[in-house]
This record gives sequence, C-alpha cells and structure tokens, in this order.
Amino acid sequence: MHPSSARLLNILVPVKRAVDYAVKIRVNPQQTGIDLNVKHSMNPFDEIAVEEAVRIRERLSKGSEPVTITALTIGPAKSIETLRTALAMGADSAVHVEIPESAPAPEPLGVAKAIKAVIEKQKEKEGVDMVILGKQAIDDDLGQTGQMLASLLGWGQATFASKVELDLDAKNATVTREIDGGLEQVRVKFPMVITTDLRLNEPRYASLPNIMKAKKKPVTKLTPTDLGVSLEPQMEVIKVVEPPKRVGGSKVESVDELVEKLKTAGFTAV
Amino acid sequence: MFRNSITRSLAPSTRSLRAQAQWSIVRPFSASTSRLNSDYSESGFKPLDMFTEEEEMIRETVQRFANEVIQPKVREMDENEQMDPVIIKGLFEQGLMGIETSAAHGGSESSFTSAIIAIEELAKVDPSVSVLCDVHNTLVNTVLRKYATEAQKAKWLPLLATEQLGSFCLSEPASGSDAFALQTRAKKVGDDWVLNGTKMWITNSYEADIFLIFANVDPSKGYKGITCFLATKDMGIQIAKKEQKLGIRASSTCTLNFDDLKIPSENVIGGEGKGYKIAIEILNEGRIGIAAQMLGLARGAFSLSVPYTYTRSQFSQPVGTFQSMAHSFASAATRIETAKLLTYNAARRKEHGLPFVKEAAMAKWWSSKVAQEVSGDAIEWMGGVGFTRETGAEKYWRDSKIGAIYEGTSNIQLQTIAKFIKEEYGS
Repeated sequence: MHPSSARLLNILVPVKRAVDYAVKIRVNPQQTGIDLNVKHSMNPFDEIAVEEAVRIRERLSKGSEPVTITALTIGPAKSIETLRTALAMGADSAVHVEIPESAPAPEPLGVAKAIKAVIEKQKEKEGVDMVILGKQAIDDDLGQTGQMLASLLGWGQATFASKVELDLDAKNATVTREIDGGLEQVRVKFPMVITTDLRLNEPRYASLPNIMKAKKKPVTKLTPTDLGVSLEPQMEVIKVVEPPKRVGGSKVESVDELVEKLKTAGFTAV
Repeated sequence: MFRNSITRSLAPSTRSLRAQAQWSIVRPFSASTSRLNSDYSESGFKPLDMFTEEEEMIRETVQRFANEVIQPKVREMDENEQMDPVIIKGLFEQGLMGIETSAAHGGSESSFTSAIIAIEELAKVDPSVSVLCDVHNTLVNTVLRKYATEAQKAKWLPLLATEQLGSFCLSEPASGSDAFALQTRAKKVGDDWVLNGTKMWITNSYEADIFLIFANVDPSKGYKGITCFLATKDMGIQIAKKEQKLGIRASSTCTLNFDDLKIPSENVIGGEGKGYKIAIEILNEGRIGIAAQMLGLARGAFSLSVPYTYTRSQFSQPVGTFQSMAHSFASAATRIETAKLLTYNAARRKEHGLPFVKEAAMAKWWSSKVAQEVSGDAIEWMGGVGFTRETGAEKYWRDSKIGAIYEGTSNIQLQTIAKFIKEEYGS
C-alpha cells in the first residue's frame, strides 16, 4: 500500500507499558526478575514514537493530507493506561491486544508477529503505511521488535532514527540514524518501519483538554487468538542478579599519580 | 438509645445513593439495618485515595510538568520574588487554567477533584505556582461559571482558560476576616459604575489582566449592597504596592488602587447586591484548594528531606535509621495522610452535591497545621543543610505559614466548625 496525494497516511505506533524510568529497581527474592509492584508508564522511546507521529501529522496538515495515528499495545488489562496516554498525546484511536494478567511478558518475536497480524487486519480497511516504535524497551533492553517486524513484513527499516523526513511524492523517507561511528543517512521506501532514538524529539505533555478528549477516542480490543498469533515464550530467564555493589575509589595526590593508576588499570591513551 | 443511633446512621440516604452514581452501583443497599459485606464490595465504595483514570492521568501530567518545567526555576523565582512568565504560559498550555471550564468555553472540562489534584501536585514542587493556579481556578473561574450570564461566560471564560490571568479582590486594609466591612464604593454614573477604594493582599494582581472586585453600591444596605464587578487591567487598575513576604514570594501580593475606575454595567456579575453570597460560597470551595496546596507542600517537604536522611551518615549509620528519626517520619507521614483524607473527602462531598462547608473548614485548618509542622521538622531532619536556602527545605516552611492566614484564618475556620457543632449538639 503506497500513499498517494488523495489518500491518508496511516501510521501505527506500538507502545509498551514498562517500569517507569525513575523507579529504583529491586531484584525479587527468587532472583527470577525484578519487583514489578512499582510505578509503570509508557516506555520513553515509545513516547518519542507517538510524538514523532503527531509531529508528522502536524507538518503534513498544512496540505490536504489527513494522517491517522493508531496506537497499539500488547499487554494485560492495565496496559489500557498506556493507550490512553498515547490518545492524550494525539493518537486518533487505539488497539489493545489483551493478554491475561498472569501471562508471561511477551517477547519481541511474539510482539512482532502480533503487530504484523494487526497490520494485516488493517489491510482490509485502509492499510498501514508506516510503523514507528521505540528502538528498545527500558525494561528488557532487547531492541529487536522493530527489526523483526520489518523482516516479517518484508518492509524497509530505518532504526535508531534521530531525524525523519518524509517525501510523499517520491514515496520514501530520508532517515538519519545514530550509529556507533556517528550519524548515517538512509533512504527507505514506503511502507516502512522506523524505530526511534532518544534525540529524535522531546515528547509533549498530555495537556488536560487532550486527556479529557482521549476518553472519547475509540479503543478496539483483540486477543492473540483473534489474531491467530501465539505469544508462547521462546526464552526462559534463568537468573537475575543486581550488579556488584560499588566499592569506594581512592584519592590521588597528583596528576602523575592519576596517570600511573590509570595505566595500571589498563587505560591507555588513544 | 445506642441501638437507635446505629440504625439511624446505617440507613442509606437516598440522596447520597444517587450521588454515588459516579461509582457504578450494581444493586442498592439492602434494606436491613446491618450492612452486608456485599453491600460494600458491589456498591462501589472506594478508598478516598482512589481516583478515576483521567484523574490519575492529570496527576501524572501535572507531576511531570512541575518536575521538569517548574522545579528548575523555583529557587530563582523565590529569590527574585517574581513569577516566571514562562511558567504562567506553561500552565495555560497544559490546560491547567480552565480545569473545570467547559470545552465549549476553551477549558479542560474536568472535575473539581481534578483541580484539587493539580493544585496539590503543583504545590509539591512550588506552593507559589500552586496558589496562582488555585486562585485562578477555584475563585475566579468558578465565580464566572456559577454566577455569570451566558454572554459573560462566553466572553470571559475562554480568555481565562487560554491566556489571561485572573485575580480575586475582596480584602482591604481595614477588612480581612471582617470581609463584608469592605469600603470600596461603586457609584452608578450613566451606564457605568465608578469604583473608588483600595484592595490589599491581592494574589496574582501583578500579572493579572482580569479582576473580580467586590464593592458596595449602597452602604446603607450594609453587606446587602456588596456587588461583584469584573474589571480588566486596562480600565485603569493601579498597583500601589507589591508586598515583600516571608513565603510564597513568587506569588504576587499587591495593594490595588481604584481611582474613579469606570466599569461598564454589563460587567456586574451575579446581579447587584449579590456579592456577599458569591464571596461566601466561593470561599468555601477555595478552602479545599488551599487544603490541597498545604497537603502538596507537606508532601514536598517530606519527600525532599527523608531520602536525604538515608544517605547522610553519622556515628556509622544513616541518620534516618535512628529510632527517634524513624518515629518522627512515621508521625509526619500519618499526619500527611490525615490531611490528604480530609482534603479529598471534602472535595468528593462537594462533587457529589453533599454539604461540605464544615469538612472544607476542617481540611483547610488541619492541612495548614500539618504543613507547618512537617516542613519545620523537615528542616531539622536535614540538619544544617536544611537551614540553607540551597536545598529548598526552608522554603517549604516559610511558604507554609500563610496557610493558617489566607482564605480564612485558622480562627475563622475553627469558628465555622464550632458553629456546626453548636447546631448539632446545642439547644
């Protein structure tokens, strides 16, 4: 499905409910995971994704291109809060693929398959042109979903995006990616998968009027069975431990002593 | 006798049943005099610190805004005794200046409790910003929403919700607690009213564009001549003096002069002679706002100081782990909890159309007390650094003092509560 000037641009933004970034993480006594009885909020990279979708719409609204933004989450009942935040930030509607509270946390491959199934369902209506998601979730730091999704769909991907420029006439996008060596620019055709990096944008606060408007926006509920997708975990977490406690450092008397200590510790000048 | 009092207190009031409709009722209470467990679980009674999804979202949004936008400027604004216009603009952009105003009038169309939540979370970071938002919402916006004509609402509410700050002008040099002994006079001259007088202790007045001014059109009628007028800054309101205060220094508190201030008669709010009623009713609501501000202040002081005590060690242990300190924290946390429950119960009662004047007075009086105690303790918990202006603990203590004074002094609150007691128990 390619966008033409008379057609909508449909953006799908999968979001994840994850442990809030400010929470002090504690490993559970069984050492199988972390204490999840803490504050949760939308994965920060997903917030950036929602924000980018909204900004794309704001940029394009100057023409005659209506853009629809659909938020999607795969999670237990509580994940609806994350969808509401996305709606309050500017998404038009949401899809909640609900899993039981007791179900294990979905893994990237399962999530990618579920997102693909949702996109396939959307094809029956107007289709999806672009998927924007966070590069990784801050709870598992796996960073695989976007790439797996693009591969399953056979779509182009531009990951770790720090800048996105769309060219609807040419039906592609120029994306600046943050890579280890610096910045890389790629051109990717529609339809595409983009994963967001930190410096792409700064997400807006959901203002009060938008929070109240979000109440009225539609949320479709689905189950993995509806999508024909199995979320059976492929991985088993064997052990989770805290990093070793910080030991105190030592004070040095002079720059020479500092250099000596650095050399002994194995730090050489570049 | 004891049994009768039980049956009386357990009989459901149908009015409160209808009012509970916000929390879905599956079936009405059983008609028996004793409560079944199922009555509680199905009827929807929820703890006072449980909020709707929207209210939780609003709390989160305000928390983030306060931490990210306001926090970095708190000290500077306090030292300079000046509210940063960026913050006022931010409050407007977040929809926090028309919280209860309808969407048709450009507001956020949220509940009263949402406003209380916003005021509380703002106060946790800066009580000065909180009072700006509180006065604007619970006093100025509410007067217009309740007493203005449709034309007046259509004209002023959108401005107040999106760009113009409001101010509530009741007190004068010679009338504070004795509010209705006010002396500002309004004389009808043709189609206009001409106001002369002085208002004192007026919050927001330095930055405000819209002023609700209480003046007497006919002193021979006593308080029955008091009328509420809406004036704009450009009609000629003069700021005679900006006060230098102990606390909430960034919140502007000024003396205003009206020298033949001409106000068109279409700007009379609620009708001539209705000012007394308007002021009394509005201040009852405003009380809950101040209770929320004081609650937020206490929480702010607590969450600033307690974590510090777990990192500061003396005699080889964190000072927060000494038993006396730990007990002190427990006592303060309990008092904060009481302030929270009083405040939110008063707010919910008001939302449900139940009588709330006594509860509002209790919440305001008590919260201001708790705020002062807890913020004072917070300084001591931090020791020497609590006493410096750098950490911010001492600011909470300075800010808390006004809680016992404005929007009805503590003695006035106690007087209000005492009147209810006398009605109930006296003959």
